[in-house]
Amino acid sequence: MAATEQTVEQVRAVTEQKYKYGFTTEIESDLAPKGLNEDIVRFISAKKGEPEWLLEWRLQAYRHWLTMEEPTWAMVDFPKIDYQDSHYYAAPKAAKDKPKSLDEVDPELLATYEKLGIPLKEQAILAGVEGAGDMPAVAVDAVFDSVSVATTFKKKLEEKGIIFCSISEAIREHPELVRKYLGSVVPYSDNYYATLNCAVFTDGSFVYIPKGVRCPMELSTYFRINASNTGQFERTLIIADEGSYVSYLEGCTAPMRDENQLHAAVVELVALDDATIKYSTVQNWYPGDENGKGGIYNFVTKRGACRGRNSKISWTQVETGSAITWKYPSCILQGDNSVGEFYSVAITNNYQQADTGTKMIHIGKNTRSTIVAKGISAGKAQSTYRGLVRILPKAEGARNYTQCDSLLIGDKCGAHTVPYIESRNRTARVEHEATTAKISEDQLFYCRARGLSEEDAVGLIVNGFCREVLKELPMEFAVEAQKLVAISLEGSVG
Amino acid sequence: MLEIKNLHATVDGKEILKGINLTINPGEVHAIMGPNGSGKSTLSYVLSGRDGYEVTEGSVTFQGKDLLAMEAEERAAEGVFLAFQYPVEIPGVSNTTFLKTALNAVRKHKGLPELDAMQFLKLIRAKAKALNMNDDMIKRAVNVGFSGGEKKRNDILQMAMLEPSFAILDETDSGLDIDALKLVADGVNSLRSAERSMLVITHYQRLLSYIVPDHVHVLAYGKIVRSGGKELALELEAKGYAEFGSPEAA
Repeated sequence: MAATEQTVEQVRAVTEQKYKYGFTTEIESDLAPKGLNEDIVRFISAKKGEPEWLLEWRLQAYRHWLTMEEPTWAMVDFPKIDYQDSHYYAAPKAAKDKPKSLDEVDPELLATYEKLGIPLKEQAILAGVEGAGDMPAVAVDAVFDSVSVATTFKKKLEEKGIIFCSISEAIREHPELVRKYLGSVVPYSDNYYATLNCAVFTDGSFVYIPKGVRCPMELSTYFRINASNTGQFERTLIIADEGSYVSYLEGCTAPMRDENQLHAAVVELVALDDATIKYSTVQNWYPGDENGKGGIYNFVTKRGACRGRNSKISWTQVETGSAITWKYPSCILQGDNSVGEFYSVAITNNYQQADTGTKMIHIGKNTRSTIVAKGISAGKAQSTYRGLVRILPKAEGARNYTQCDSLLIGDKCGAHTVPYIESRNRTARVEHEATTAKISEDQLFYCRARGLSEEDAVGLIVNGFCREVLKELPMEFAVEAQKLVAISLEGSVG
Repeated sequence: MLEIKNLHATVDGKEILKGINLTINPGEVHAIMGPNGSGKSTLSYVLSGRDGYEVTEGSVTFQGKDLLAMEAEERAAEGVFLAFQYPVEIPGVSNTTFLKTALNAVRKHKGLPELDAMQFLKLIRAKAKALNMNDDMIKRAVNVGFSGGEKKRNDILQMAMLEPSFAILDETDSGLDIDALKLVADGVNSLRSAERSMLVITHYQRLLSYIVPDHVHVLAYGKIVRSGGKELALELEAKGYAEFGSPEAA
């Protein structure tokens, strides 16, 4: 059994024995009835005690959503989603009966974490151990189902004036900030899934870094999907005020589900003058079994606005999970001299489909963007890079460099590259390089003749192929990501 | 150490090896010489377990075990090493990462504990220094951007690290100028020991002036047609391979 399945199998085994280990815990889901209508939108807003303006915004989005059609241009194929067949709200009622320590957590589950190299303290948080939140170096805001239940290291951050909390809390405590920026990068009418998210988002993270502050630690969110049939609509908003810096990590695992689960998150980043936001993702959701059954639909809208001069937004993503990935983290380079970066590894195996890439919109003068996308396909998977580089008339001296590399393992998978380049300024310089390669038999034999098993050899070669991207990840993530890369391709050769 | 009996092998259905017999004792260095297309490289791939080389008859016993029953990586872990005629490039994977993974896989097979990063670095630095390789070379991606001589030295570094009991050197001299050849030969000679055997495959006598063999065999059209001492190499250099016939005659 491949490790990914094993992971999932173990997690499922644990979650099915609900009360024994308390992994899904005794938390009763406060569940909204199935289906989607204005009453559900009102229900969610009321549950969260939201101000009137936000409810209005949600309703506006919902009404707009009704007029929209699902996009069909991506190279992905899936049965029609019944949006009325999901619960749009599930909140834990109580957080009691969590495991008291790691000793009470299923050792098999811990072994999986171990395999991925997740630090002990983080394991505790992932396993929902009570009080595991007091950890150094990485501040974790664990999203449990749809509502944040643990926010750590808040105090230390507060001393610097940094706000790191759930978006629900931000709506209550910092309404002026939320109102100013929410929907300012991804408007409610943006696209089918983002609009749906605006109507029904339940929670997510909020970060505000004040002027001139360098965030002293990596901020990290572990997302997980726990209750059956619960669509996930996270909403993340990160604002880096003038001259500030923040590095944000997002990582996830999900237990096995028979039915496909929709995940339509929205992430908005705002960087003001001289601010830098580094956003890293390791996405390891359940990809479905080797026959393509099950798995998460990951339809995410991520966008960053470099509003200020000399601002910088850098996206790094390692996408190994989900049955379908539809994701284009983008940068709007509005401020003069602003910089956008996109580093991506997308691995697809078995029947996984990924249509992912980025958009770099150059508006300001001397704006620069770099795109490095690595796609790896194995089994019967299809992987597409779709990227847009748009240079607007006023973007004097704009520069873009794009590099797209695809690696194929076996002869039943596919890799596709769809670059769009639109330049309306004569001084702009746009470069695009693309390669497609297969793992060669020579490379495999060379490794095996040195004692490496075929799977280790594939892991090593693929990690080498992805190196330029993996080295962009913060240390905490890099090791985990390297192992994940190898694990997600187990069973892909021979 | 190694006993090859009546070895027949085919590639794509074509018989290349037609009954090879060869016994190599511990500490011995054997050279195999022969014209192009005689099966020299096929022999090295068959012994190291490359896919696509089918053994149709005969046996190979290595340290009392059936070598042919093992996968390529098992053979490597058991102590068989192939120095490649054309060492392969692996972009993005540093020499240190590659060798650490390989060494620890072999150590694991032998029931030895894995080396940690510090122990490993100390070891590889010492071995690389002996081969006149600098720190920069061991940090670079495996064989990427290496000159012909650097690639061969890199293979010998791998051999020094993995400490095999039986090493096959497949045309290690090809593409090397005289200085590079000396460096590589010095590296190989420093690894000669009473417990380690070698099979040196080459077209030319030149290499054998630096790596002096105990026995020389002539492989022609799938069979060993003559065996002798190191002086046989000199004789071949003078006379060529003509007396051993042509492919049609075999």
